[in-house]
Amino acid sequence: MLTTQVLYALTACVLVALGLRGALLHASLLQRIVAINVMGAGVFMLLIAVAYRGPGQSPDPLPHALVLTGIVVAVSATALALALARRLHAERDDG
Amino acid sequence: MNPVSLLVFDALLLLSIVGLAWASLATTDVRRGVILFMAFGLVLAVAWGRLLAPDVALAEAAIGAGLSGALLLAAAHRQPRPLSPETTNATRNKGAAGVGVVLRWAVTLLCTALAGTLAWALLHAFSSTPHDMLPGAISANLAVSGVSNPVTAVLLNFRAYDTLLELAVLLTAVLGIFALGQANPGYQPAGPVFDGLVRWLVPVLILTAGYLLWVGAHAPGGAFQAGAMLAAAGVVLRLAGRTRIGLPEGLMLRIVIAAGVGVFLLIGMTLLLLGRPFLGYPPAWAGSLILLIETAAMLSIAATLVLAFLGGRPEATGVKAEANRQCEEIP
Repeated sequence: MLTTQVLYALTACVLVALGLRGALLHASLLQRIVAINVMGAGVFMLLIAVAYRGPGQSPDPLPHALVLTGIVVAVSATALALALARRLHAERDDG
Repeated sequence: MNPVSLLVFDALLLLSIVGLAWASLATTDVRRGVILFMAFGLVLAVAWGRLLAPDVALAEAAIGAGLSGALLLAAAHRQPRPLSPETTNATRNKGAAGVGVVLRWAVTLLCTALAGTLAWALLHAFSSTPHDMLPGAISANLAVSGVSNPVTAVLLNFRAYDTLLELAVLLTAVLGIFALGQANPGYQPAGPVFDGLVRWLVPVLILTAGYLLWVGAHAPGGAFQAGAMLAAAGVVLRLAGRTRIGLPEGLMLRIVIAAGVGVFLLIGMTLLLLGRPFLGYPPAWAGSLILLIETAAMLSIAATLVLAFLGGRPEATGVKAEANRQCEEIP
C-alpha cells in the first residue's frame, strides 16, 4: 500500500462528497453544474490514484485512458446542461 | 527529491485542491465560484502531473480548466450579478427557506457517510494484493498497436469501442445544444492590443493542435488535447468579436461534427467486410488508421467545443446570409 496512493484516494472521496453536497443543496443551477464537475474531478482523482504505481514505475495506462474520455464527456455534458439552464431561464422570463 | 519533501508537496497540493473546491462551492457569488473552479482545474492538472499522468494533465488544463471555465464564465456573465449585500442575503435566505436547515444537515451527514464508505472500500481494495494483469497485457501488445504511447494505444486500439461511443456522446450533446436554440449574441470587436494578441495566438494554437495530434502516437498528446487547442483558437476569435471563427457552415458544419463517429464507423465496417473483427486493425496499417481516426476526431471535438461555447445554432454569416440581408434591405 502506497502512502501517496492512499492520500490522493482519500482526497478523491472528500471531493466526491463535497460535489454531491453542493449539487443537492445549491439554489443556483450554474453552481449545481460546477458542483457536479467537482464530483467528477473526485472520480477522476480516484481512478488516477488507483493507476499510480510509485515513483519511477510506469502507471497503469487503462485508467488514464478512461479519465481522458471522462474529461471530454464531462465538458460536453456541462455544455448541454448550460444550454438547458439558459433555455429554462428564457422560458421563465417569458412566462 | 527525498520522500519527506515529496510528502509535504503532496499535502500542500491536496489541501489547496480541497480548499479551492470548498471555496468555489461555498460562495454565493456565481462568478467568483466559477473562477475558483478554474483555479481548481489548473491545480488538478499539477496533481495529474505528480501522479505520472501527463496525458490527463494536458487534457485537464486545456479542457477541464480552460474550456469548461470559458463555458461556465460565459454562462455566469449572462446571469444578473447580486447588486448589494442585502440581495445576497435575500438569496441566501430564500435558499435556506427552500431547503430546510434539517434537510441541509441530513444531506451533509449523508455525503460524509458516503465519503467514509468510499474511503473504507478503497482502503480495503488497496490492502489486498494487486494483480496487474491488464497493464501487463497492454505493454505486451503495445508493439502491434501501431503507436508507442500506451494511453493512445488503449484509446484508439485496445478499447477503441469506448472512444467511438464517447464521440457519439459528444455528437448527441451538440445535437441537444442545437435543438435548444440560437447561439449567444457575439462580443464587441476587440481593441488593438487584444486584436494584436489574437493575430499571434491563433496561428500558435493551430500549430500546437497539429503537433499534439502527431506527437500523441509516441508521447503525451492526442486527438482530445489537439481538439481542445483548436477549439481554444475558435473561442479566442469569438471573444475578439470576430464573426468568422473558422467554423464551417451549413452542410459542411454537419459533416465536420459527424466526422469523428463517421470515420470511426466507416473504418470499423470496412474491417468487418475484410473479415477482421470490428475495429481490429491489421498491425501493419494500425498506425495510419489511428492517425486518420484521430484527425477526424480532433476536427469533430474542436467543432463541438466551439459550438458548446456559442451555446446554440450558429447564426449564418456567409454569402447566403449576406444575400438574405441584401434582399431584406430592398424595399
